[in-house]
Amino acid sequence: MSAALIQCEDLALGYETGIAIRHLTFTVHAGDYLCLVGENGSGKSTLVKGLLGLLPPLSGKIQFFGLSPREIGYLPQQNPVQKDFPASVQEVVLSGCLGRRGVLPFYTRGDKARAAENMELLGVAGLARASYRDLSGGQQQRVLLARALCATSKLLLLDEPVTGLDPLATAELYAIIKDLNRAQGITIIMVSHDVSCALHDATMVLHLSDKGMAFFGTAEEYHRSPISQPFLRCDCVGHHNSHVCDASCGGKSQ
Amino acid sequence: MMQLLSEIFSYGFLVRAMVVGCLVALCASLLGVSLVLKRYSMIGDGLSHVGFGALSLAMALNMAPLAVAIPVVVVAAFLLLRLRENGKLRGDSAIALISSAALAAGVMVTSLSSGLNADVYSYMFGSILSMGEGDVILSLVLAGVVLVLFILFYNKIFAITFDESFARATGTRSSLYSLLIALLTALTIVIGMRIMGTMLISGLIIFPALTAMCLCRSFKGVVLCAAAVSVFCFLGGMILSYAIATPAGASVVMVNVGAYFLFWLMGKLRARTRI
Repeated sequence: MSAALIQCEDLALGYETGIAIRHLTFTVHAGDYLCLVGENGSGKSTLVKGLLGLLPPLSGKIQFFGLSPREIGYLPQQNPVQKDFPASVQEVVLSGCLGRRGVLPFYTRGDKARAAENMELLGVAGLARASYRDLSGGQQQRVLLARALCATSKLLLLDEPVTGLDPLATAELYAIIKDLNRAQGITIIMVSHDVSCALHDATMVLHLSDKGMAFFGTAEEYHRSPISQPFLRCDCVGHHNSHVCDASCGGKSQ
Repeated sequence: MMQLLSEIFSYGFLVRAMVVGCLVALCASLLGVSLVLKRYSMIGDGLSHVGFGALSLAMALNMAPLAVAIPVVVVAAFLLLRLRENGKLRGDSAIALISSAALAAGVMVTSLSSGLNADVYSYMFGSILSMGEGDVILSLVLAGVVLVLFILFYNKIFAITFDESFARATGTRSSLYSLLIALLTALTIVIGMRIMGTMLISGLIIFPALTAMCLCRSFKGVVLCAAAVSVFCFLGGMILSYAIATPAGASVVMVNVGAYFLFWLMGKLRARTRI
């Protein structure tokens, strides 16, 4: 197995109001495609904040190897402010380089080249001058992925990336994420509601429940374990990776 | 027209009001873009009402108006942000709460001390006569500070306006920049409200940004366009107010309304021709 990137040991995370997650132990290795699933309120968002370093652990520890929390390419959930935001695609993608600029106020030529490269990679280079608010939902997510790639070359953390997308755009986005993982070697951590579809491409699964960590292991083990059954009611299990299946599942998750 | 302009520039107080007003209009439009996009449009309104309360208090106590108003409004700006961040009160209700409370307090204080007189009227609706030498220097300093900070932090302001969670995740201290924007907004409002009036200063913050957004499609475009529209509308409003003898603040806002409809129409026409 390849080198560990992130290691959590007996981690507990929470707020002033109480502990949201406890006794969490798992390891993310370079090249993994980890799917993070669980019901609402099981602490998925809390874990995301913890991984990003926005929430200090209450106990236990998160260790990063060859990676700082700032170097995580984060794709947040869509926020309503962005829907009618007047910004060109290039401006949005370039803002992914902000983290590596530190206190320096302006972007360098290298940053701009990096932004151009990532727009090319995600097929939005032709839209560089277009306004973000005029794009379709799928295009917007690809732009935000390009921005996330400007912040990282190692690890992407995607928070419900297909929410609100139509079935075709959903299938397309999953294909892009899979390609980034398999061809570009980028480690993926994806939070998802859409368990059965997300699992086609994932290699590892972390299932959180309100009692804590319910499952951590490979995707095949997860399929066989009893805990996955209530979440895998979607008919398409077995039609691995077919676009028809992705589309039908995408439709059901809306 | 030329005669009108040379007439205007022969009055010292009018020139002072023009200079201060243009600088305030410039600052307000730059800050306004971020505030409008972050759904903070009403913060200008709320803070100006707080400013009115503070000015009334200063008048009742016979103190220098700005020495009281600036700290009070700055504190109110921080308080509004804190309330919103803690999530104890929704942003818009917090602003409504504070602004009506401050306005009521201001009216109470003045009616108990001097009664509602011409001074109070000029605070409400603005007066170009209120600009002294000190105000010109203060607004020059303020405009310089806002411009320099805005240019230096332009990329960070864009990032936290567009997507605060991403900016925070990549290590930008977004609450610091929100505080900075609130502080600069507070200063801009206190200085601008004496020309524009308590009731109308928020127009200077909201209108140029919304006007620019009708046509411009990039953030940089919106910022530059808003700044240009704001200064142009301020000058236009001042000339109008001199020509037909109407209050400066109201005239400036009406010119802004006109510009908004013009841009809105142009945006609609452009959208139609594109299809």
